[in-house]
Amino acid sequence: MSGTHALIIVIAAIFTNNILLSNFLGMCSFLACSRQLETAVGLGVAVTFVMTCTTVLNYLIYHYVLVPQGIDHLTFIVFIAVIAAFVQFVEMFVERFSPKLYYALGIFLPLITVNCAILGAALFMVIRNYTFLQTAGFGVGAGLGWALAIILMAGLRKKMGYSNIPRPFQGVAITMIVTGVMALAFMGFAGMVSIQ
Amino acid sequence: MGSNAPVACGVCEGKGLLTFKDGVWHDNPISIQILGICSALAVTNRLANALVMGGALVFVCAMSNLFVSFLRTVTPRRIRMIAEVAIIATFVIVFDQFLKAFYWEMSKQLGPYVGLIITNCIVMGRAEAFALQNRPVLSVVDGVANGLGYAAVLAVIGFIRELLGTGQVLGLTVLPPDWYTSNQVMILAPGAFFALGFVIAVSNMLKGPEPEENRP
Repeated sequence: MSGTHALIIVIAAIFTNNILLSNFLGMCSFLACSRQLETAVGLGVAVTFVMTCTTVLNYLIYHYVLVPQGIDHLTFIVFIAVIAAFVQFVEMFVERFSPKLYYALGIFLPLITVNCAILGAALFMVIRNYTFLQTAGFGVGAGLGWALAIILMAGLRKKMGYSNIPRPFQGVAITMIVTGVMALAFMGFAGMVSIQ
Repeated sequence: MGSNAPVACGVCEGKGLLTFKDGVWHDNPISIQILGICSALAVTNRLANALVMGGALVFVCAMSNLFVSFLRTVTPRRIRMIAEVAIIATFVIVFDQFLKAFYWEMSKQLGPYVGLIITNCIVMGRAEAFALQNRPVLSVVDGVANGLGYAAVLAVIGFIRELLGTGQVLGLTVLPPDWYTSNQVMILAPGAFFALGFVIAVSNMLKGPEPEENRP
């Protein structure tokens, strides 16, 4: 794993190992917030930002505090605390210094704490033994990949509003199946690069 | 687990059975409330994985509901979310360590998804929506019921995907390869989305003709 270049990880995390389409993380907010394009873009940006920062933060804490102290069984609880604290901090910071940005992104920030893609990215970082640069690359890539998926989905759902969908499939069921088709399309990138 | 329900019913003056039915069927966390989708998709490529994950959720949901309910009168409202997350994370760590100690192979297979139970909306949702308002015993019934409802849907999806994807059920060959060519897509990511989409559609059909409000 240590040989893979950080840039390759960025590309792979966006296309071939998309955190939503191949690891199924962040489905809840994906389903809830993909109805409008503006919402999807806002959430996508917020997730990319938070994911990049928290995976790097968690990397530092895991490798310089938890492992040396031999308390890595507390990983889960520390990671989730770091994410929650970071989101809270960003919320206060944005509210104080950029009220305009706060109104655009503010409502998404609390949602992000329970977005499992964020915690998932941190856990993958531990499982796959990434170096510092690889972690940063993975955080950016996974965030961008998630944003790409939700923005594409918002566009598709707008179109679907005009289609005649059988009643039992309306709502979540058809969204799931369309996501499946999207995942199938993204599998086409699989030959390009891969991380495992 | 199911045999606990009648006992608890006596304790809660008949509300237990109702709570139980709601959790498993009427308000099923996955097919009706659409919560906890991530792990429902990720661990269902094999039926065995789905069953272990279901068991994990029954345990975590019941225990966290119990403790959130115990502490509901002494938890200040402002920090209740943090308290809930801490309680949930504790039981997830217990389960994760148990799996690592006794079933290392399974722990490898499930990967990060055991840890991700912490952010599983079902557990948090039940703590917030039920355990905060109800007494401990009833909360445990609710936790077990929601865990079982989740486990049941996972088992169905895991069964469909393993059967269509490999022709096997729990590792035993059911559809012999000479007349069923297994469809690899079903055990890969897209198959998960298709299977869950159809499961939700079928559950909508069974629910009857009431209109679905959330059109895309």
